[in-house]
Amino acid sequence: MSRIEVQEDRCKGCLLCTTVCPVDIIVQSDRFNVSGYKVAEVPEADADKCTGCASCAMICPDVAIKVYRTPKKKGGK
Amino acid sequence: MSEMNEKLVFDKPESVIDRATHYCPGCHHGVAHRLVGELLDEMGLAENTLLTASIGCSVFLYNYLNVDAVEAPHGRAPAVATGVKRARPDKFVFTYQGDGDLASIGMAEIMHAANRGEKFSVVFVNNTVYGMTGGQMAPTTMIGQKTTTTPAGRCMTHEGAPIRMTEIIASLGGTAFAARGSLDCVKNIRKAKKYLKKAFEFQQNNTGFGFVELLSACPTNWKMTPLQANERIQNEMIPYFPLGVYKDVSEEGGVC
Amino acid sequence: MTKKPERIFVKGNEAIARGALAAKCKCFFGYPITPQNDIPEFMSSEMIKAGGDFVQAESEVAAANMLLGAGASGIRAMTSSSSPGMSLKQEAISYMAGSEIPAVIVNVNRGGPGLGDIGPAQGDYYQATRGGGHGDYRHFTLAPGNVQEAYDLTIRAFDIAFEHRTPVLLLADAILGQMKEPITPWEPEKVDEESGRDWAITGRDGGREKRLIKSLFLAEGELAGQNKHLQAKYDAWTDLAEAEQFETEDADLVICAYGSIGRIAKTAVRKFRAEGKKVGLFRPITLYPFPNAELLELAKQGKRFLTIEHNLGQMLDDVRLAIRTVADSDFYAIYPGNLPTPDELEEPILKCLEGK
Repeated sequence: MSRIEVQEDRCKGCLLCTTVCPVDIIVQSDRFNVSGYKVAEVPEADADKCTGCASCAMICPDVAIKVYRTPKKKGGK
Repeated sequence: MSEMNEKLVFDKPESVIDRATHYCPGCHHGVAHRLVGELLDEMGLAENTLLTASIGCSVFLYNYLNVDAVEAPHGRAPAVATGVKRARPDKFVFTYQGDGDLASIGMAEIMHAANRGEKFSVVFVNNTVYGMTGGQMAPTTMIGQKTTTTPAGRCMTHEGAPIRMTEIIASLGGTAFAARGSLDCVKNIRKAKKYLKKAFEFQQNNTGFGFVELLSACPTNWKMTPLQANERIQNEMIPYFPLGVYKDVSEEGGVC
Repeated sequence: MTKKPERIFVKGNEAIARGALAAKCKCFFGYPITPQNDIPEFMSSEMIKAGGDFVQAESEVAAANMLLGAGASGIRAMTSSSSPGMSLKQEAISYMAGSEIPAVIVNVNRGGPGLGDIGPAQGDYYQATRGGGHGDYRHFTLAPGNVQEAYDLTIRAFDIAFEHRTPVLLLADAILGQMKEPITPWEPEKVDEESGRDWAITGRDGGREKRLIKSLFLAEGELAGQNKHLQAKYDAWTDLAEAEQFETEDADLVICAYGSIGRIAKTAVRKFRAEGKKVGLFRPITLYPFPNAELLELAKQGKRFLTIEHNLGQMLDDVRLAIRTVADSDFYAIYPGNLPTPDELEEPILKCLEGK
């Protein structure tokens, strides 16, 4: 299962990432970071839906998202 | 579990300095910086790069990219870059300019650098407004667009029409590559990176002047949310400023 | 058998260009404007032959900014223009001063204000010595008085520019630019073409820390610090001030004049000396730093002063400032638009001699 890591102190809450996620799992959280922005996040419940496509990271103007991709388990082995 | 096999597939490029930027939420400068940084890394250019910074919100670009840089007066970056490149022809030289800097006060400098075919690359970030100074009309401001100096909206008869720079640059003799991209969605961001890469390659191969316009948003001065501003690029800007390659001498079968 | 130094017969403009080449100038950026076109024309072929580069820019603004770029990368480069074009360059020069970029700028002064004429004048003195652009800055300003000096001082201009990381202005005029004289060209023994190694932008080869050449200082106290630093630099130039003194030792009246007018005044001084009149000439060669100390010395000896300029009184201010504690200076204006002659100077000099 792939995942993203949002560097929360860099996130400016612009939410552009939410417009490009193919599985629509990025949302605005209720957490303010030290700069006063409500940061973006993937809720725990949806974490396993992440495909590791990195679209969110690509559109993030603050380069605040790291993407980790885990190759899908091959069937049968 | 599967964490054992996980691979970091997306991270900040080396050439982009790890610090918070002063840009507004939703401003696409950060995306453009990242694309440039990635290319400098991928093409092994970072240690050979001399950046000519310009005046606008991106005036602090030299704080975000790990390259040698010189600050140019407003609009003069193409002239300063000409001096840098003529003085140090073996270095990779690029300018990074906004629409006020490049298309207003710097119109003469960009046109003549392009016409002379100077061997440097230009990254042109077009957000249809003077951002840094608080939202005044720019040469690329659209008809009807309200700015602090066109409070009733830009009027054709009073202010003229927005200028399409890529088309103009493409028409000049010395231009080797001219393209317009956009940073509003992943597909366009990918294409924009390809355009930048082409322009940079033209310099590496000593072919000639490369120019890439990147349509971007300015949520603050457009008085929109980042999401609304991003949509404006798609709905209003792209129809008037069509994306694509406007000149590519490698397609024309060579340069003189 | 001794080798006679080669003598060439050239215009002042060409001498300046040749001096730049001797100083290993590597780039020239120019724009056509009378009366200095000989300089870019000469450079358009000779600069290339010397392995450098030449650009006829789209404007004097662009040329000055090209110079800024070349200087920022640590390369010896030059631009030239004349009065209206010099006004255009002031923004870039202010940036060069604020960013501490070495550069050589040549002004072949013509008549002004505005479009003026294409004849000689000295109406750009203020612009040349007060920092003609915005902000508190100065640049080193040299004023040759003959064609050999034009060659020599151009070489010196490059050395000063790189030693002190400053723009340097060579102030000539249409007389000097267009007149032809025999000169002895020479080459400096050693030119450090790569000077500026530790501040210039040359690429982070080997992974060194990035360098930044800028004049923007926004953090609290930063700009004040930069201005203090620049001012200290200018104060240190005081010892580099230079003037020619001709027959001043026992002179009752000292004529202060620079450039071509200094030369014309010298002829007048010779004439008066032949008649037994005690007149001398004080000819500043560095206009900034102005040779205050030397001039004050003369004033303390009780001499009187007559400043003669091809303008309506600009260097006059500096003369007065220099000697203000003990003396004042009279003034005679050769009006821009008129061609000066030694004869014209006779009456004002005589009046001064007999006046007080």
